[in-house]
Amino acid sequence: MDQHQPHIVSYTRLIGIWLALLVLTALTVAITRVELGGYKVVGALAVACAKAGLVIAVFMHMKYEGVLLRWLLFLAFVTLAVFIGFTFFDVLYR
Amino acid sequence: MSGHEHRDDYGAKLGMWLFLFTELLLFGGLFLLYAVYLKRYPHEFATGGKQLNWVLGSVNTVILLTSSLAAAMAVTAIQRGEARRTVALLGGTILCAAGFMAIKYVEWSSKFGHGIYPGSEHLKAGPPGESVFFSLYFLSTGIHGLHVVIGAILLGWIAFKVRGGELHAGNNILLENGALYWHLVDLIWIFIFPLYYLIL
Repeated sequence: MDQHQPHIVSYTRLIGIWLALLVLTALTVAITRVELGGYKVVGALAVACAKAGLVIAVFMHMKYEGVLLRWLLFLAFVTLAVFIGFTFFDVLYR
Repeated sequence: MSGHEHRDDYGAKLGMWLFLFTELLLFGGLFLLYAVYLKRYPHEFATGGKQLNWVLGSVNTVILLTSSLAAAMAVTAIQRGEARRTVALLGGTILCAAGFMAIKYVEWSSKFGHGIYPGSEHLKAGPPGESVFFSLYFLSTGIHGLHVVIGAILLGWIAFKVRGGELHAGNNILLENGALYWHLVDLIWIFIFPLYYLIL
């Protein structure tokens, strides 16, 4: 693992991801301009998560990293989910 | 620089990611505050959110995504040994950062012009939920803006090192880590944008 082979991501791939991010941005704006009630919150956050996934995987090279970094990222997300989730247990059922 | 120097690129990258996780938790805390207060004051948050300009927010989103593309391409460029292109791409990222901050300035000063800023008489006279909304808005976009400024300075410093030949295909971890920091700034905005400008 310490023998880190640099993975070179091609320009075309990066531009492809950027185009996908722009399309997803247009999509979030579109779905929040129409009245969907509570669904627009879920929809906008789902799109935001998809965008974040693309940025982390390709722009931040996580897709090409070893197991250690991937697990640490997973751990960070779990921590975030736990503290957000448990706060809501408290807030919603108080 | 040739010869043997002691470097641990993997360790440097690991350290950067650990730092980014603490950043995620910092902004995670702000998003949590947002979510809890949104539940308590849904109407006041809706009134507050409608006062934000979603067009300017969208333009800033496009600018920031483009800046991230340039930063990611700069990493590819340095890995391929294209120093001039690396510097140009980093310049593009910094230009986008300046554009982002200029739009932020327009947004904030228009709010200030309407008497909306933390602790203002206008907000004190209004419902508490609206005051909470704008406090969180200024806090989140303010800390994010600070990150944009720091990231731009960091990438500017790195660009000088690339131009001076100190960073190159064989030694580019500083640029990779700088780009990682920049992508984090982008990542946070990806969530601030829908939460404050769109869903309310």
